[in-house]
Amino acid sequence: MSEKILYSYTALFDTPNQIIKAAKKVKEEGYTKYDVNTPYPIHGMDAAMELKPSLLPYVALVVGLTAAISMIIFLWWQNTIDYPLNIGGKPFFALPAYIPVTFEVTVLSASIATVVAMLFFVFKFPNNVHPLHDTDYMKRVSVDKYGISIQAEDPLFEAEKVKSLFNSLGASSITPIYYSDELVNFKPKILEPKFISFLIILFIVVSGATYITLNKLLFLPPYSWMMVQDKVIAQKTSDFFGGGSGMLTPVKGTVARGFLPYKFDKKPELAAKELVNPLMPVKKNIELGKTKFNIYCSPCHGYHAEGKSRLRGQFPIPPSLHSDKVRNWSDGRIYHVITEGQNVMPSYAHQLSRQERWAIVLYIRALQRSLNAKESDLQ
Amino acid sequence: MTTIDYSQELPVVEGRPTLQEINELIAKPLDTKPDKKYYIALAITLTMLLIGVIGLGLTFYYGVGMWGNNNPVGWGFPIVNFVFWVGIGHAGTLISAILFLFRQKWRNGIARFAEGMTIFAVMTAGLFPLIHVGRPWLAGYLIPYPNQHSLWVDFNSPLVWDVFAVSTYFTVSFIFWYVGLIPDLATLRDRATSKIKKTIYSIFSLGWRHSNRHWQHYEMVYLVLAGFATPLVLSVHTIVSFDFAVSILPGWHSTIFPPYFVAGAVFSGFAMVQNVLIFIRKIFNYEHIITLDTLEKMNKIIILTGSMVGYAYAMEFFTAWYSGVQPEQFTFINRAFGPYAWAYWIMVSCNVLFPQLFWIKKIRRSIPIMFVIAVLVNVGMWFERFVITVTSLSRDFLPSSWAYFKPTLVDGAILLGSFGFFFTWILLFTKSLPVVSIAEIKSVVPGAQPSHEEH
Ligand code: HEC
Repeated sequence: MSEKILYSYTALFDTPNQIIKAAKKVKEEGYTKYDVNTPYPIHGMDAAMELKPSLLPYVALVVGLTAAISMIIFLWWQNTIDYPLNIGGKPFFALPAYIPVTFEVTVLSASIATVVAMLFFVFKFPNNVHPLHDTDYMKRVSVDKYGISIQAEDPLFEAEKVKSLFNSLGASSITPIYYSDELVNFKPKILEPKFISFLIILFIVVSGATYITLNKLLFLPPYSWMMVQDKVIAQKTSDFFGGGSGMLTPVKGTVARGFLPYKFDKKPELAAKELVNPLMPVKKNIELGKTKFNIYCSPCHGYHAEGKSRLRGQFPIPPSLHSDKVRNWSDGRIYHVITEGQNVMPSYAHQLSRQERWAIVLYIRALQRSLNAKESDLQ
Repeated sequence: MTTIDYSQELPVVEGRPTLQEINELIAKPLDTKPDKKYYIALAITLTMLLIGVIGLGLTFYYGVGMWGNNNPVGWGFPIVNFVFWVGIGHAGTLISAILFLFRQKWRNGIARFAEGMTIFAVMTAGLFPLIHVGRPWLAGYLIPYPNQHSLWVDFNSPLVWDVFAVSTYFTVSFIFWYVGLIPDLATLRDRATSKIKKTIYSIFSLGWRHSNRHWQHYEMVYLVLAGFATPLVLSVHTIVSFDFAVSILPGWHSTIFPPYFVAGAVFSGFAMVQNVLIFIRKIFNYEHIITLDTLEKMNKIIILTGSMVGYAYAMEFFTAWYSGVQPEQFTFINRAFGPYAWAYWIMVSCNVLFPQLFWIKKIRRSIPIMFVIAVLVNVGMWFERFVITVTSLSRDFLPSSWAYFKPTLVDGAILLGSFGFFFTWILLFTKSLPVVSIAEIKSVVPGAQPSHEEH
């Protein structure tokens, strides 16, 4: 059976004005160990209780500045001494580029430090229980009443005097608060074995989990880190085909994809006769031809193939493709020019697929037709 | 017509509820068992989440080839979604920190919820860089630590700045939110009837007893955190915009990006907060706490930021023209009239044109209309990120490598999944913690502060 100890006398008030008055009065009477409990912060209460301004902002200032300076020094060390990276010849110590990271680290450290300082110095974390908890008094002040509590520890404390003071201030109810030493005590819990072992267990679990994740889990399949790959490795035997070689010699006459040899090398006339445009002059093909023509041909030949070069005389200006000559050429003949080039005009065989070359031919035809429209086109 | 007395602030809370009533009202969703509608909503968001998980499973099994990303367009949906979600988060910090510093009392009713949204949005956003790299289990290498390879991350890279910015933002927002929750958790502790609830609330309320000796430090810490969160929130989207602006791609390489991104972020965030609050105040009967006046004020911020975004769009064109740089000019003409013109005009109409309707007071105060406009704002803002990311990449300096980006179903599934993830958290939040700050609301109820009549 634990004995009950008097913690304080408490009084409840109904309005914020009353509580401010009460706090002022209690302060005036010379009490020091008293507290005001309100469901939300009351303006002017700090002044009424004559509390000294909070020192927590200094924590933010000191930790923030330390973090900022350390970060700059760290970045300088990392970028100029430990791991200099030459990025386009820029200076190794690049202050402007450090600002974002430094700023974030400053804010992060200062915010965490301020809150942690509040937890440990103001809330006395990890102490959680308090005589006022679980009392009717607490249940009222956490809802809608304004309470004041004068502790028995106060040198001026005398139960009768306190009660009559509260009465004279118009308190709506006055109650003593008791606690038992076993359940509630004010010794700091931070050094208690329970809390320390909690910290140790937390430390072991977190570091163990990190270690196992980084060093074991991440190397289990399927995380092969691309070390295991189904591919031919140079200078290594491969069992894939038998015979130990990773590559087969191609069968005679094999042609690589997209590299069908051009049969009409230096034979424009033959090309003109034998090559037939495999594409139909439908919108899709002409659109493709237009895109590719504008990209590859128009710089020299102009957007309308009229020979209006955009190269400002730095390259021979090509002839118009609307000439009778080119108009009378077969599709194959134009295709031949694109494939092989002609005099100074280079070959486009490597930039354009066969299909794209034929599409360009279709587009050139469309352009030619637009300048030399037939009567029937007008209908 | 009634005239308004502008010398008096409008009451934040309407109808003079007693403090007791406020307590009961805000704690009610935590006391009652969820109803059928709640489960239906949860089922919908979980289904969306599941679709996203399937999309991710396919991605991680087969590789990022499941997406529409192609050769010039290496940044597709994941980056678009990342920027979108980080942006959504910004409204929360703006409401809780910046409006706090400006002593805007109307923020008290919506701050808690907006902060919660910030946290969930940043969580959603944080997934995307990991998804984007294709092998998320290697994400640990983004964090600089002395390692056996003696390698460091490149601290000059905007992508590393991003890691710092987003993780700091998440941590600080979380702390800020938790600090705000402490008094409320204590209030809940004092009214809890079940033992389990009481234990949980006791642990997390850290022994809070509404003592003024605590309130004094608590308010100071809140102020310090608000002071830090304010430049932080500006820095986060600034740094996100650096991901683009520090490169040399036309359409990205631009000094207007940081303010333009921040304005856009606040814009989309407010639209999202407004959308969800409309439901919350209706479902939980908070109409007199989250008042129509509050919503109207939010709509005013939407017009303001929307106009800033519109100004930025115009300025980008002007700068392109004025710079005389051909690729830059081409990029912008291409945005408006090229293959992605459809996306561009969705963006302009949703972000610049529709919000202008809020100049009309009737519209600003009509819940259905403001809801629709805010939805459109978010559609528009998603498209803004799409336009910025994709159009610039798909047609860069070298016409021969141009290509059109077409998203795949897997891209769509992951986007849908991100909404599922976000709203699942929101739903869980509404049923497990007070979505309105009890202490902050009590402090702005008429008559809550001393009148100092004796002076
Ligand atoms: C680098 C500039 C340049 C480019 C690009 C270019 N051409 Fe030419 N092209 C010329 C020049 C110069 C001539 C004239 C060559 C000559 O002297 O026979 C020419 C000639 C031609 C001719 C023959 C005209 C005639 O009257 O003999 C055709 C057809 C033609 N080009 C088609 C094309 C097509 C199709 C493309 C796009 C795939 C193209 N050219 C790209 C410079 C170019």
